[in-house]
Amino acid sequence: MAQSAKHYETVIIFSPLLADDDVRRETAKLKKLLTDHECTIVEERYWGLRQLAYQIDGKSNGIYVIIEFQGPGHVVQKLETEYKRNENILRWLTTALDKYGIEYNEKRRKGLVGKKKTQDATPSTNPASSIVTTSAHE
Amino acid sequence: MSKQASTEIKYLVAQKVVKRPKKYCRFRKYNIKYIDYKEPEFLLNFVNEQGKILPRRITGNSAKYQRKVAQAIKRARQLALLPYVTDLLK
Repeated sequence: MAQSAKHYETVIIFSPLLADDDVRRETAKLKKLLTDHECTIVEERYWGLRQLAYQIDGKSNGIYVIIEFQGPGHVVQKLETEYKRNENILRWLTTALDKYGIEYNEKRRKGLVGKKKTQDATPSTNPASSIVTTSAHE
Repeated sequence: MSKQASTEIKYLVAQKVVKRPKKYCRFRKYNIKYIDYKEPEFLLNFVNEQGKILPRRITGNSAKYQRKVAQAIKRARQLALLPYVTDLLK
């Protein structure tokens, strides 16, 4: 159990019909599930409404939310059961991050990634409460 | 002299030798260790117009990073950041 704290990153696509508050409420619920199971939330990001590359359940848009957390592996299964129960979630993907992924995410949080390319500045100071619109270089 | 002439191949017109620039793995060159599947714009470099993954012989990626690129593209497809099949992607 001791070495089982791994870094995970989960991307959730919510239905575009949800209001902004609802998305935040749903995310808060998921976050509570995580923290109840001894996970620490590293970061939470809202990409906002985004066009899908293909239709999912007859919808061509989706609201993207990313949660990065650290915790034991058995939580992932519980989390995904929760996703399956939730009708507002169109799709999700949970990935384990390797050391380079962790490093990359930390750099991105400091705003070091993609600076050479066209950067629209303003690295969000408070990622938990600011809506980050999708910029590919983030 | 006659012996030497028979061994050498001579052409009337100089042969055109096209020198292509050498391919390289951009991940090794620029020391990129992690390929983010949440960056569809970047991954577009490694797919063709139909959204298919380009082979190493075209992109020049090393085997290690080609695997990572492929993995990232597949993840991006699952999240509807990239299409599975399409036409005129670019």
